[in-house]
Amino acid sequence: MKIARRALAGLVAAPVLARVARAQAAPAVVVIGGGFGGASCAQALRRHGLVVTLVEPNATYTACPFSNAVIAGLRSMEQQRFGYDGARAQGITVVHQAATGIDAAARQVTLGDGSRLAYDRLVLSPGIALRFDALEGYDEAAAATLPHAWQAGPQTELLHRQLEAMEDGGTVVMAVPANPYRCPPGPYERASLIAWYLKTKKPRSKLLVLDAKDSFSKQRLFEAGWAALYPGLLEYVPLSGGGRATGVDVAGRAVVTEFGSQAGAVVNVIPPQRAGAIAQMAGAADRSGWCPTDPTSFESRLLPGVHVIGDACIAGAMPKSAFSANAQARVCADAIALLLRGAPVPEPRLLNTCYSLVAPDYGISVAGVYRPAGGVLADIPGAGGISPLEAPPATRAAEAAYAEDWFETITADAFG
Amino acid sequence: MARVLLNIPRTARKGEVIAIRTLIQHVMETGYRPGADGEVLPRDIIRRFTASFEGEEVFAADLSPAIAANPFLSFTMVASTTGTLVLRWQGDKGFDQTETREIMVTG
Repeated sequence: MKIARRALAGLVAAPVLARVARAQAAPAVVVIGGGFGGASCAQALRRHGLVVTLVEPNATYTACPFSNAVIAGLRSMEQQRFGYDGARAQGITVVHQAATGIDAAARQVTLGDGSRLAYDRLVLSPGIALRFDALEGYDEAAAATLPHAWQAGPQTELLHRQLEAMEDGGTVVMAVPANPYRCPPGPYERASLIAWYLKTKKPRSKLLVLDAKDSFSKQRLFEAGWAALYPGLLEYVPLSGGGRATGVDVAGRAVVTEFGSQAGAVVNVIPPQRAGAIAQMAGAADRSGWCPTDPTSFESRLLPGVHVIGDACIAGAMPKSAFSANAQARVCADAIALLLRGAPVPEPRLLNTCYSLVAPDYGISVAGVYRPAGGVLADIPGAGGISPLEAPPATRAAEAAYAEDWFETITADAFG
Repeated sequence: MARVLLNIPRTARKGEVIAIRTLIQHVMETGYRPGADGEVLPRDIIRRFTASFEGEEVFAADLSPAIAANPFLSFTMVASTTGTLVLRWQGDKGFDQTETREIMVTG
């Protein structure tokens, strides 16, 4: 992965920037959001010699990749947590405040304590907000009983505890949303690892996966894995089988679908999503709830001078993943450095790889390469790849190990 | 027989507006798409859906090639009297499927 990304950075590399041989101060860039996108972008901007402020309310970031392994008891929450000392050591000013307002005309960000930050360019990497208005009865209070666990943290631990507390023979119900949402293969990795947990710890239990769509990322690989590892344990109900959730019954611990209702001892509801709150507040999101951007610079199509990266942006064929956010962060940082000098921005190539675990020692992956085409990021045919449908256990075990390496590499890059 | 999913209330109060939801598993092949051998696949769609209550048509729809596979149709009707709801899907290649449900109306 390290090699792949370095090669990629080479493709988009800007001419080396003169490290400020100017009289005036270096241009200031504010980055809102300290996840994979924001933290990576702040570091990349800093490497261009820019004055960078990272705005993130939390002192610690909890990573979503591998949080499905926490739910299945394979990993501790500690391994998911990252701080900002690395960013500070790079000379980035880290402000632990929430951004509460953006004035794109005056180029100012307002923070929770009322103070203001002026910027020459602003990067929004706010991640997702869960749509608590999308499923009838599923609001923030309901998530305390029927966890979503789609933003890693207390919700991840809650779902894990509920699985641990469940008696053998119980039914776990998962509701999966329609596209687009954070981490397209994530729900199916989660289903796999919950099935693995049940198979090893509570073998008389069942898992029912209700999906609002008929096809999904790495579907044939997942389904082959499920048939081999979890027959009779994991039942998948697609849209055409009545799998779309329309609401929940919190008291009855049930997911309500268009054609009925499915109760479970543990119910995991992954609701539809949109760009994080600050993107909505700033007016960077369109009616879809996500942020349209220029695919070359990631500059907002709605707010000049504001760039949107990561899960919040509409990235065409590129999925909402930590890897995508990191790749977009680098392209966006290079583009900002060039734009601030008035230089043209070359057309980028972006890479994404998504690893998923079907079992702790059974990994699969899909990779794609993307370029701007027709105003969005399009998949370059033949440039990516997917794990083979037929492969010996050693191949699956190797991919599971690569997944861990990937996590170490990307968290080191984003959080230093 | 294609698989059909229905959500129809078994009972209703007289005069109540009730929602009927239907989903039928069907490929809805457009007739414009080439198959693996390069030959255009013949059209195979559901062309018409009708819902009749006690012999009277209460809802109907003409379906076109642009409609996605596994068409989901939902409509509302007024529960006037106890009776039988007959749902019928007809289409290409002689496709013809009927489902019936009793609705008990009280009050």
